[in-house]
Amino acid sequence: MELSYIAASIMIGLGALGTGSGFAILGGKLIESTARQPELGDQLQTKTFLMAGLLDAVPMIGVGIAMYLIFGVAG
Amino acid sequence: MAAGNEVSTTYYIQHHLQNLTFGKHPENGWSLAHSAEEASEMGFWAIHVDTMGWSIAMGLLFIFLFRKAGKMATTGVPGGLQNAVEMVFEFVEDMIKGAFKGHNPIIAPLARTLFVWILFMNTLKIIPVDYFPVLFSKLGVDYMKIVPTTDVNATLGLALGVFGLILCYSFKVKGVGGFAKELSLTPFNHWALIPFNLLLEIVALLVKPFSLAMRLFCNMFAGEVIFILIAMLPFWAIWLLDVPWAIFHILIVVLQAFIFTVLSVVYLSAAHEHH
Repeated sequence: MELSYIAASIMIGLGALGTGSGFAILGGKLIESTARQPELGDQLQTKTFLMAGLLDAVPMIGVGIAMYLIFGVAG
Repeated sequence: MAAGNEVSTTYYIQHHLQNLTFGKHPENGWSLAHSAEEASEMGFWAIHVDTMGWSIAMGLLFIFLFRKAGKMATTGVPGGLQNAVEMVFEFVEDMIKGAFKGHNPIIAPLARTLFVWILFMNTLKIIPVDYFPVLFSKLGVDYMKIVPTTDVNATLGLALGVFGLILCYSFKVKGVGGFAKELSLTPFNHWALIPFNLLLEIVALLVKPFSLAMRLFCNMFAGEVIFILIAMLPFWAIWLLDVPWAIFHILIVVLQAFIFTVLSVVYLSAAHEHH
């Protein structure tokens, strides 16, 4: 039963790895393109938030299942 | 739940994650489950009363507010409510202009309802974790999870509703033949590869509602668990951690409602494409 804690932490950790690098690239590109064309600033921002939500989906599913593992199964 | 006694942490977490279920228990018939085991023994014939209650309440609040704004809409000086409602209208309108290619009269109201309803359901999370469970335990109701979107049934119900619309509009706009042709011939337009195409397309079709539901559920569930964990800390730590996490959640709450709505509109516009 202790293994589920390790499993949960691995899930959350790897998910965070993916999300972190994804957001970094996304944010970098947003700032670059806003610098290149400032008038498109707010349009790009809403699209970035949309992409941030999509990017967040799979790691958050992992975190959700990990939380369930911790409290539901091994709780 | 008295502050004095030492409440075991896992009991506290599990209590706050447990829904108030009403269902047919093998021994004591139709009753409110008094423990997690009883709730699970109820099997299929059980309903999460608190999730249903709070989601319907938020739905009625949405209808009441928008109807009130509609009734007292004036071309003169608009009141606060009218400004807010107009802001939501314009926000959803230009989002749909960008995302929706077909023309269908029910998409705008659908997107508006989805956005505002999910927004209301999510904002219940900003209320402190202990407030309603303790209040209701005073009234003899022992479980109360007030945020409907932290219950996978609610988000899956929303996603299946959207999925039903996707299917019915695909059939309506593309016709059964068109839809079947799209499913079987999309990536590789060759009859020999139909089974492979079908596998790809069916999986892509089924992932849509699943990802919609799980994205909203997991974001809200993880946030809720962290709120509960913070609530167990000593008093001064709660203020230090709960306030930033709640402020961060104001973004998460709006973002998740926005993403659920935009993705539903995008999926529906894909369903309206006519080759």
